[in-house]
Amino acid sequence: MKKNERQHPELSLPDNEAQRIVRGKTRRSFLVGGLAAAGMVGAYEWVTHASPEDEVPWPQRRVLDFNGRLSERLLSNEHLMPTYAPDKIGGVKPNGHFGLEKPLASEKWSLQVTAPGRSATSLSLADVKQLAKTEMTTRFCCIEGWSGITQWGGARFSDFTKNFFGPGQPIPAYVYMATPDGEYYVGLDMKSALHPQTLLAYEQDGKPLEERRGAPLRLAIPIKYGIKNIKRIGLIQYTDERPADYWAEDGYDWFAGL
Amino acid sequence: MQTIRQKHLLGTRWFHWINLPLLFVMIWSGMLIYWAFPTYSVGPIRLFPQWVFTLFNIPQRLAEGMALHFFFMWLFVVNGVLYVAYTLLSGEWRYLVPQSFSAFHDAWFVLLHDLRLRRDLPSQEKYNAAQQIAYSAIVVMGAGSVVTGLAIYKPAQLGWLATLLGGYPIARLLHFTLTVLYLVFFTVHVAQVILAGWNNFRSMVSGWEIVNEEERTPAS
Repeated sequence: MKKNERQHPELSLPDNEAQRIVRGKTRRSFLVGGLAAAGMVGAYEWVTHASPEDEVPWPQRRVLDFNGRLSERLLSNEHLMPTYAPDKIGGVKPNGHFGLEKPLASEKWSLQVTAPGRSATSLSLADVKQLAKTEMTTRFCCIEGWSGITQWGGARFSDFTKNFFGPGQPIPAYVYMATPDGEYYVGLDMKSALHPQTLLAYEQDGKPLEERRGAPLRLAIPIKYGIKNIKRIGLIQYTDERPADYWAEDGYDWFAGL
Repeated sequence: MQTIRQKHLLGTRWFHWINLPLLFVMIWSGMLIYWAFPTYSVGPIRLFPQWVFTLFNIPQRLAEGMALHFFFMWLFVVNGVLYVAYTLLSGEWRYLVPQSFSAFHDAWFVLLHDLRLRRDLPSQEKYNAAQQIAYSAIVVMGAGSVVTGLAIYKPAQLGWLATLLGGYPIARLLHFTLTVLYLVFFTVHVAQVILAGWNNFRSMVSGWEIVNEEERTPAS
């Protein structure tokens, strides 16, 4: 034998002896392999049938949350979705109308903002527009797998937050946003919410937001899947507890970050 | 007298047989995800026709697919990394990785032989040239699945990677294409194992083969 003689031993034996040895080794290997296979099937059954947390068997839910925390830990403001020239716009369809069922009564709309230990504030669109306007053309990724390029115009949520709390004030770890009727809601970690590409948007593709695209004010957060880009925001609630999230309650990842 | 020889190391066999169900779960959960936006086709053949999704009960399971995919990805990656490390450290890679460009030439003759178009095989060690190329390529494909998968999993945090691969939609296409190639590999691999017979299959389970048994038994 050439190389690796130690790893690949060879034995020359009488025919029946050789057959007997190989048969014994094979039997033992099939037995061990069979037990291992049974163990793997059992593990798979457990992973897929353990009691669910928000529609996901808890071992998988824990791993989704772990992945989310890892992703959040690694996220930095330098992690940007690529930006494009405005002539690349296209491919983003209005998708999802939860919380938009009733026609928008613009004159009655206002933005409620709450935070722990602070009194609730009611803001108008003009208040939001007083903040510096940012325009960006980025990819919008739907959790279904499609994506498109769209332009957003609005105020950075980080500016909005700094303005709300005042300089140097501590900011809670999470924020919850909901439509005025409370039918659709998202929860966000503060790192993603304060990311420079997270906007409270009032324009899309150079025009004021259409109603089906979330007028008068929506979230544009390209570092998250589309499901987090809530339309027609009526409530912004800063909170210390991880808030509820519409799709996370239905079996999706709570973090849903890109 | 008969010679018996250990052909496959214990680690090689474990990593191989653990990878099989892991890869299968990754493909299955990937199908659950892909269903939500099944845009690819080969010529006139849609990937996949509705009846394929219906047959396997795939529709409306996107959330389930994502949870499974992002759970088992860890095990798939860990098993793959351990396999590569083991193969390097044990020296087994010397049998697996083609040592020269003549491997491609030899692999062509292996293919002709397997298609019954050529009588004799080029000389080989443990693996013939076609096997060397296939088993090396599958490792590269595995790494490719991880890289393209990361690009579409985190196109913001790993934006440079998505850009390097030609952008988010192209990375998604590459990720999908690799999956189809696994299915092609799997089909050919299983067919070859069946054709090679019991002595060969047994060696992937127990590690041991009987040398030259094929020549001792009359050709069927």
